[in-house]
Amino acid sequence: MNTWNDERLERIISIVLRTGVMLSAAIVFLAGICYMVRHGNEVANYHVFQGAPNKYRSVRAILHAMGPSDCRATIQFGLLLLIATPIARVAFSLVGFALERDRTYVVITSIVLAVLLYSVGFEH
Amino acid sequence: MTNLEFTPLVFLISAIAGYLGALTGLGGGVVVTPALTLLLGVDIRYAIGASLVSVIATSSGAAAAYVREGYSNIRIGMFLEIATTLGALLGAFLSSRTPTSILAIIFGVVLLHSAWQSSRGHSGSLANARPDPLATRLKLNGSYPGEEGPEQYNVSNLKTGFGLMFGAGAISGLLGIGSGALKVIAMDQAMHIPFKVSTTTSNFMIGVTAAASAGIYLSRGYVEPGIAMPVMLGVLAGSMLGARQLIGARVRVLRWTFAIVVAVMAIEMIVTGVRGR
Repeated sequence: MNTWNDERLERIISIVLRTGVMLSAAIVFLAGICYMVRHGNEVANYHVFQGAPNKYRSVRAILHAMGPSDCRATIQFGLLLLIATPIARVAFSLVGFALERDRTYVVITSIVLAVLLYSVGFEH
Repeated sequence: MTNLEFTPLVFLISAIAGYLGALTGLGGGVVVTPALTLLLGVDIRYAIGASLVSVIATSSGAAAAYVREGYSNIRIGMFLEIATTLGALLGAFLSSRTPTSILAIIFGVVLLHSAWQSSRGHSGSLANARPDPLATRLKLNGSYPGEEGPEQYNVSNLKTGFGLMFGAGAISGLLGIGSGALKVIAMDQAMHIPFKVSTTTSNFMIGVTAAASAGIYLSRGYVEPGIAMPVMLGVLAGSMLGARQLIGARVRVLRWTFAIVVAVMAIEMIVTGVRGR
């Protein structure tokens, strides 16, 4: 008996998506309040592009900078979680297709996952 | 302007963009970037980075609802995501090599196209078009909840659709938008997938496409926490409100409203770009 089917897979994916987004939004919101309290009176100057500081530019750097002293790193962490949500969705699909023993879709899903992991691991 | 003034303003603009984007299925990113650059003078690269992140939130937030309604087709989405993610990588690499004035002009052209597409509506998908043999082999044909029970549909012109999706992905990576309009064209017009399935599957795919360029944007410093925070939260709030109203919404009125808003922004973006600001 095969208890795995597309419908069940889609239900799980919908839970993954919702949880990821909500968790990420909560972190970004709380870290945002922290940022407002500490930097609220500073001038917002985004007219000229300088680029986010290096400590906010890669997974490793963000995890390193995170902590109570750096609210913006925590915002970035929340955003990383958000970026991870669709990637988790693809990973869950991969498991689902494997359980359905659908070889074609295991291959298709693996390709998509590989492209995503390449991008997130990319450091300039 | 201090952060205490800037942040709520950006939040509000983003919430409106997210609401409109979700209602029309075209995504919030397409409105948020021109709004930030034209109204607040934010550098287009910061706007693109924040918009891209918000696009992931919109897609994932709304897709959760659509998946439960049974409209989106996970197999069509996954197969076409090969094309969109590869396209997105290419687009993101090109983005940092393109002058901002050119980016603004391309953005304007894409916006104009969205407006035109939005106002034109879809010329009625061919129900039960002849299925593409490859689509049948890939189990892409499906059904969705219609007015009188489940309605079957077939997928045709898979190769054309795949090619268009690569282009949609490249535009998404270049401009930090979901490029939902192009995805819907590929599915609705080229592949003859029913409109509701096309829009919801497109929304579902947008997040994965955006995630493919997000890593590159992050490494280039496009994702600035001070802007991305209010944009992401605003677009998410707006899109959740909009997604709740999509099913059963009057599509034609929406399309026209959105088309006019987008067209105005498009022209302003092109003018800005030509002036070389």
